Amino acid sequence: MNEEMHPFEIFLRREMIPHIWCDGCGNGIILNCYVRALKDLDIDLNKVVTVSGIGCIGRISGFTNTDAFHTTHGRAVAFATGAKLANPELKVVVISGDGDLFAIGGNHFIHGARRNMDIHVICANNFNYGMTGGQYGPTTPLDAWTTTTPYGNVEHPFNLVHLAAASGAVYVARWTTLHVRRLTESIKKALQKEGFSFIEVITPCPEIYGRYNKMRTGIDMMNWFRKASEIRHQSDPAKAEITPERIVIGEFVDVEKPSFGRLLRGMTAKVEEKLRKESVDEARN
Amino acid sequence: MQAKWGSHGDYEIIALAPSSVQEIFDLTIEAFNLSETYRTPVVVLADEIVGHMRERVTIPKADEIRVVNRKKPRVPPGEHAQFRPDQDLVPPMACFGEGYRFYATGLTHDESGRPRTSSAKAQQKLVQRLCDKIRKNADKIVKTEKTMLEDAEVAVVAYGITSRSAISAVRKARETGIKAGLLRLVTLWPFPDHQVSQVAKKVDKIVVLEMNYGQIVREVERAAKETPVIFLPKLGEEPHKPAEILQAIGRAR
Repeated sequence: MNEEMHPFEIFLRREMIPHIWCDGCGNGIILNCYVRALKDLDIDLNKVVTVSGIGCIGRISGFTNTDAFHTTHGRAVAFATGAKLANPELKVVVISGDGDLFAIGGNHFIHGARRNMDIHVICANNFNYGMTGGQYGPTTPLDAWTTTTPYGNVEHPFNLVHLAAASGAVYVARWTTLHVRRLTESIKKALQKEGFSFIEVITPCPEIYGRYNKMRTGIDMMNWFRKASEIRHQSDPAKAEITPERIVIGEFVDVEKPSFGRLLRGMTAKVEEKLRKESVDEARN
Repeated sequence: MQAKWGSHGDYEIIALAPSSVQEIFDLTIEAFNLSETYRTPVVVLADEIVGHMRERVTIPKADEIRVVNRKKPRVPPGEHAQFRPDQDLVPPMACFGEGYRFYATGLTHDESGRPRTSSAKAQQKLVQRLCDKIRKNADKIVKTEKTMLEDAEVAVVAYGITSRSAISAVRKARETGIKAGLLRLVTLWPFPDHQVSQVAKKVDKIVVLEMNYGQIVREVERAAKETPVIFLPKLGEEPHKPAEILQAIGRAR
């Protein structure tokens, strides 16, 4: 029997299937949008490195048919930084979760953005630690129920787009997994930016997070995204709230700034020139 | 112990203990070479005192430094299994960007790199290889330094900064007629079992110096077998004084 090849099969590692994600999870949508962006941009897959941390979305690096690194918890940005500096011709993409990137990996993230490191970060934000049973984390909304906040969360969450913008990212956007086309276009844009680009993707976790917050199915969660989402391009990321009533999405930052790689290459050239001059002078004397 | 089993899971790594600023430089290069050779993390375990010292360092010219690079795959991308080991238990390893679509994961994996977290068999195979590639190559990895041990009756075993005080103490002991010598451990992991037991066979007693309350001493005791081991701990940031070591050597005799 001749099986027809799926148009995206070359982007995926078939031997890794079945995947581990639950029914109604949005991670598959993020993977789909990512490989669509790679396809549309016609990027050489041999020059792409997909880096992820630990958690459900962390498995994405195993599913993509690029060079890939499933790193230790929280260290995705650090590993990505190393991969990019070792070989600047690679396109290095981090796809990881909110807990991995902003709890244990919080410092790597802010300093990656501050340095304007030439990497692209996509964060799957599901508001909790899904893989380990639904503990609350740095993005869990105030008052939300999780397995470790049985009476409601009393901690204020990070506003990821505000944090990324304040830390120095040159491209910052937020979408939900409902906004498939916009997300794909946004990833394409982010992948072409020089420097640190960041996209937050709000994604449903009905099995764990939704279960405790009266959204038991993926459809329930997607309905929340549909009702609450409000596109506000170029608005102040500090005011980009996520509440049961309102999720502010869109492109918040899109600026140009010399990246770490460019500045480093400039500095290296300057020093080499200086040393060359010195050796010429020495030879003359 | 923390250098060896610093994270969860079971494996063996390599740890090196420099005793001078020059050696921090040299062993860092050696660490990268070992890392590339055995495809393993290598820890340069400099102690606090060596780490804060200022000493003269000779930096060789770039082309005089021995650099070892990893074994690369010998077959084209489609045929290469990322974790299929050679005879030496070390699998060839491609770099990112070379077309091999390399996938690294911390999860238990099979030879193709696929996660196999619920397979006890895969776990057994992987962990055994990770440990054996270091254990079976220990002879090639391990480095120690022997001073005045040929005819020694008392051997001092030390590493890092304590080995510097030990040299001085051993010399003083010789002046007073005690045949003392020093075995300095440059490699801490894999533990120099063979080297310690060879020394233990020849001496009457062993004195172990550590700036803690007893870590490597247990490894020495194990390797020394019947030879008695005297332990001289020193806590705090001040290293052993040669006189203190000399006293211990005297007691050992």
